[in-house]
Amino acid sequence: MKRYSAFAIAREAISRHQNWERVWAAPEPGKEYDVIIAGAGGHGLATAYYLGKNHDIKRVAIIEKGWLGGGNTGRNTTIIRSNYLQDPSAAIYEKSRSLYETISQELNYNVMFSPRGVMMLAQTEHEIRGYRRTAHANFCQNVETEFIGPKRVKELCPIINIAGPRYPVLGALWQPRGGTARHDAVAWGYARACSAMGMHIIQKCEITGICREGGIVTGVDTTKGRIRCNRLGIMVAGHSGVLADMAGFRLPIESVALQAMISEPIKPCMDVVVMANTVHGYMSQSDKGEMVIGGGADGFNNYTQRGSFHHLEETVRALIETFPMISRLKMLRHWGGIVDMTGDRSPIISKTPVDGVFINCGWGTGGFKAIPGSGWAMAELMAKGTSCLADPFSLDRFREGRFIDESVAAGVAH
Amino acid sequence: MLILRCPYCGICADETELTPGGEAHLTRFGPGSTDEDFEAYLFLRQNPKGVHIERWCHTCGCGKWFHAVRCTATLEIFGTYSAQNLRPPPDIIEAIKIRRPDWGGFHK
Repeated sequence: MKRYSAFAIAREAISRHQNWERVWAAPEPGKEYDVIIAGAGGHGLATAYYLGKNHDIKRVAIIEKGWLGGGNTGRNTTIIRSNYLQDPSAAIYEKSRSLYETISQELNYNVMFSPRGVMMLAQTEHEIRGYRRTAHANFCQNVETEFIGPKRVKELCPIINIAGPRYPVLGALWQPRGGTARHDAVAWGYARACSAMGMHIIQKCEITGICREGGIVTGVDTTKGRIRCNRLGIMVAGHSGVLADMAGFRLPIESVALQAMISEPIKPCMDVVVMANTVHGYMSQSDKGEMVIGGGADGFNNYTQRGSFHHLEETVRALIETFPMISRLKMLRHWGGIVDMTGDRSPIISKTPVDGVFINCGWGTGGFKAIPGSGWAMAELMAKGTSCLADPFSLDRFREGRFIDESVAAGVAH
Repeated sequence: MLILRCPYCGICADETELTPGGEAHLTRFGPGSTDEDFEAYLFLRQNPKGVHIERWCHTCGCGKWFHAVRCTATLEIFGTYSAQNLRPPPDIIEAIKIRRPDWGGFHK
């Protein structure tokens, strides 16, 4: 892998930029690997990367049905934060956020991490109490957050209307080290690093079956033939249930559509991320100037990657009350992704009833921020069979009643 | 926009008039049941990519709960029937089989 640098740009300019090497290789699948990762999204690629980097397992294939990073990694609103309530959540999300701080240098690939600060508005008395509690919890967890008043909210985000008639802004939970990153670049950066370690990224190859002998995984059947492996990691977000069905177990997961949209580009007007959970909308401004807006999830099971229109209407209605100046903006695009929701709104990073099959799913509406930490924990779990970051998120917590309840703490928006 | 016909009041209702209620025909397990059964009842779901039998409530209409059969991969609706049924009625099963010949059938 040739390093990217200012010097590299000068060097490649001599040949008129015709000879840049491919960012990752596109090999045909081999017969056998130590580890197969199902799903070349952020979580799958990060897991493969940390398997190679931290645990020296490099005979790895990452198999992707569509194209690399084309699922929820390319469909989110790019928000990164770690202000969760429960200790296991704070640990893994804060690990993830801290990895984001140095990931561009480590991967030699600019993921454009922008720690611009994330504020979650409190618009009811209950939210004030809830966020104060979260701020205290975060203090104990070594996550830097503070509860700020409306005056400070207005200073940090002048375009906000703090005196809205229905839901005035009463304060906010402020995480100054949260922010955004370029979502595609995260997948591409990890893919480049994986490819450089000799791992195989196989795109447009769908898994059609999971082979088992005596309750132990032996490989996968794909549209490009059978590939053998000792361990299989499933990281396919919304389609987790489909792969679990192939492996013969059920998951406490339902797949629903979550939508987002983006406006026409405008001049810089907002340099923080604002989330409003009561009215349910969240917004940030991309480096191109577009307002990135996240909306609500549908309530019914859905695999179509398109959601119901009335949710967009509700999101926009909520946001124009909070940000009156966006009321005349035209929307450029809107899209949906299939998110995998668990009962306690926390992910599953776990062994499964099939030996050698590991699953990492259930990130629901908030998976992007967790990519590096999730990959770190999942790689450790797959390599060693245990991981202090991953163990609380095991599949059997539902049977044991050991929930990591973020459904109230995190609200619906992530 | 999904449009479902409420089997009670007969109205073809927009999705905005309805509330989704998740997978239908779950067996309720209560006190005294095993941990596995209780977990399955509370949390484990089929979540199929394809034919899904589910509950809906006509919230902004007659207020009744009913069942619908819908494809989660295409949003096609195969029919609705009253919540008094313990399994999909034969005409609905027939309607699904015509459109999805490879459907695995109703399992409880």
